[in-house]
Amino acid sequence: MPAPLLNERDLDFMLYEFLDSESMCARERYRDHNRESFDAAIATAKQVAEKYFLPIRGKVDRNEPRFENGRVEMLPEIKQAVDAATEAGFVSSTADYEVGGMQLPLPVATVANAYLTAAGSTTLGYLSLTTANASLIEAHGTPEQIAKWAVPQRSGRFAGTMAMTEPGAGSGLADLITSAERAEDGSYRITGNKIYISGGDHELNENIVHLVLARVKGAPKGTKGISLFIVPKFLVNDDGSLGEQNDVALAGLFHKMGGRGQTSTSLNFGERGGAVGYLVGEENRGLSYMFHMMNEARIMVGTGAATIALTGFQYSLNYARERPQGRLPSCKDPLSPSVNIIEHADVRRMLLAQKAYAEGAFALCLFGAQLADDQHTAPTEEQRSQAKLLLDFLIPMIKTWPSEYGPQANSLAIQVLGGAGYINEHPVEMFYRDNRLNPIHEGTTGIQSLDLLARKVPMQGMAGYHYCLALMRETVAQAGAVAGLEKQAEQLESAIKRLTDTTETLLAAMADTNIDKVLANSVMYLKLFGHVVVAWLWLKQGLVAHQALAQSQHGDEQNFYRGKLQAMRYFFSVELPHTERWSALLMQGEDSAYAMRDDWF
Amino acid sequence: MKVLVAVKRVVDYNVKVRPKSDGTDVDLNNVKMAINPFCEIAVEEAVRLKEKGVATEIIAVSIGPKVAQEQIRTALALGADRGILVETEEDVQPLGIAKVLKAVVDKEQPQLVIMGKQAIDGDNNQTGQMLAALTGMAQGTFASEVAVDGDSVAVTREIDGGLQTVKLALPAVVTTDLRLNEPRYASLPNIMKAKKKPLDTLTPDELGIDVTPRVKTLKVEPPAERQAGIKVADVAELVEKLKNEAKVI
Ligand SMILES: Cc1cc2nc3c(=O)[nH]c(=O)nc-3n(C[C@H](O)[C@H](O)[C@H](O)COP(=O)(O)OP(=O)(O)OC[C@H]3O[C@@H](n4cnc5c(N)ncnc54)[C@H](O)[C@@H]3O)c2cc1C
Repeated sequence: MPAPLLNERDLDFMLYEFLDSESMCARERYRDHNRESFDAAIATAKQVAEKYFLPIRGKVDRNEPRFENGRVEMLPEIKQAVDAATEAGFVSSTADYEVGGMQLPLPVATVANAYLTAAGSTTLGYLSLTTANASLIEAHGTPEQIAKWAVPQRSGRFAGTMAMTEPGAGSGLADLITSAERAEDGSYRITGNKIYISGGDHELNENIVHLVLARVKGAPKGTKGISLFIVPKFLVNDDGSLGEQNDVALAGLFHKMGGRGQTSTSLNFGERGGAVGYLVGEENRGLSYMFHMMNEARIMVGTGAATIALTGFQYSLNYARERPQGRLPSCKDPLSPSVNIIEHADVRRMLLAQKAYAEGAFALCLFGAQLADDQHTAPTEEQRSQAKLLLDFLIPMIKTWPSEYGPQANSLAIQVLGGAGYINEHPVEMFYRDNRLNPIHEGTTGIQSLDLLARKVPMQGMAGYHYCLALMRETVAQAGAVAGLEKQAEQLESAIKRLTDTTETLLAAMADTNIDKVLANSVMYLKLFGHVVVAWLWLKQGLVAHQALAQSQHGDEQNFYRGKLQAMRYFFSVELPHTERWSALLMQGEDSAYAMRDDWF
Repeated sequence: MKVLVAVKRVVDYNVKVRPKSDGTDVDLNNVKMAINPFCEIAVEEAVRLKEKGVATEIIAVSIGPKVAQEQIRTALALGADRGILVETEEDVQPLGIAKVLKAVVDKEQPQLVIMGKQAIDGDNNQTGQMLAALTGMAQGTFASEVAVDGDSVAVTREIDGGLQTVKLALPAVVTTDLRLNEPRYASLPNIMKAKKKPLDTLTPDELGIDVTPRVKTLKVEPPAERQAGIKVADVAELVEKLKNEAKVI
């Protein structure tokens, strides 16, 4: 039997038991919805995924787009898949009814998208960028800009990109040099080179809308002088028809480890005197507009990483149930039939680790999606601002934890398949390659860890940090009162103590010693915090499962909840104790990397 | 022309069903339900007739509990115009369903009734034929192609020996086979629009129909488990076993 893309029962658990997504229907924005329409949207996603994405997944990986005569050649099936998903409404699932959206709550849309991701994360990439681009213009553009550039993206006529990175400015966007000069008609002329721009050129849509970060001539140095521009591939007339080609040239395509179906482009703006660009909002505020979308974009990266981990887990689980090999150590009879490899405890270890990483990561991302929705739609002002506070705080973890542990889960999926995992007849090696991007883009792990320790922890008098701790302690108190979960409650309580001790030590050290030296260990701090947060969310899942298990009669249901509890136990027994070592190293001020010198290598 | 499609709420085809422990019925507790796949094909065919300009209105009818509204709304999201739920908690059997449908046909006067050849829960394959008999309409069962032409419809049927095409005078009942079409899925905006389409609720009583079951289920049990196979050393042993143990040659 082929492996399921995702475990449907688990997605239901996440959405309706772990989160209570049905309760969102009480909010004004979602009052037309109920579980039925949520499930219907998810079912449609699954059908589009199985019909258009999955059949071409391997082919897309093996047939990279090519740069020929200045244009992009790619498999025609990609367009069919992109069109099908667009027509089904997935560019605008969360958008307002007025722009053709379905006004789905973000957690529900996240689960629907998970099917498309599992069946073809690369192909979905084209749509995700379009969605993000349209949302940004809707948030910060003028009504005319929205009508001209966002609406055609929602309907699938145009595609969108985010063009930030340059050869000399990746993690350090402050140093970008693409320039913009105001023209007489109020538009701007853009000149510069952008690299790694995903979806930067293709012919899947009539037009491509680039959102470009550039510096207006004479603007201040650093991040304070960056503006945001709409720069289309083709100019658009006032009646919406396409005009002449803009001065944006495809300089070439990059060839990648994974995500091979999506074009990664080098774009030259202004080879012929300046590409026409239209300012979004005000000059010099470009980065803040981008950051406005950053939380959503980072949740999306985390979710993508978690989802590829989930689908790799399902694939290797299915394989382990069908592959006979070897006998148990206790079996001395060479004539006995070999067992399916799932009978080997070490294979179960690799499956359980994947389950703990992937479902833990997905729970974290869905929780993030809930907060991202709550910050706009929760009933009271206080709830909205608390959701925003917690989301801002957690974002480095929501982006990074799945991105780091997702590929680890995929690596274990390869290991479960043995030699079969390493060859391209099975998709697990591709999952690994695809997933390996996630610790790099949308802020590398290193950059995220600096964001956490240097910005997010101290932010607003440590308000986000303290709020997060308070919520974790609430769960500790709840679980401590439940027979069967006391041990985990205790473990989490000690881990929180370790975390607060470590944080205080580091903040004190940052205040009175060399900040570079303290921040040298920021990734370890991010790991420590990430593991505590994921343990917390596992305990929350465990609480739900524990209660549901006591009430369920049905064998399959009981097995499902037992599986949840077992993965929680695994995380607490095998993973959470890592925090002891990390915390000790951080408190000691471990400095071998910091003290290492270039010449010594 | 008006087209009536019947849609049934059944266990999702992905679910592995099991008998209840007391053997009285199939265990449907907490089980995912869906529109019967053959009914989905019927809806799709009706929607295609509408897209071709042949059908003018599509009415989706379901007979079942209140929650069967969900399956009607699925049909509305796929393109049906309005829905009718004949609500009953009774486990209605093919004859009862056919009688209810006849009452709805009398009320609505459709030119074409399209329904699944069977529902995947009971696998009865009876309702369409019974409805045709009760209403006196022509019937084209197991359709793999449907072509309406003026006041008749040509239905290509999947039969044991191959394909058979029959020409029926309208009004007629058509039951769908798997190859008739590949159903579409509902786009997200259409899922929302379906919520605004009219959905009327009637009861068997209001229609004057007695839906009491006529067939009694005595017992539900799982089929015997397949025994493990054995390996034989050579052909001679195989022949010997087939002859003397299995006694099939
Ligand atoms: C497949 C792919 C798709 C992409 N899509 C897009 C896109 O659509 N649009 C877009 O604008 N960009 C895109 N990018 C670019 C991506 O965002 C950058 O690669 C990323 O921001 C890192 O920048 P860089 O590659 O210049 O690496 P660098 O910034 O050179 O980083 C190299 C290493 O140095 C570390 N480092 C850098 N600065 C610091 C610091 N201050 N402190 C500690 N460590 C540091 C990093 O963590 C990293 O390990 C894409 C990249 C890839 C590979």
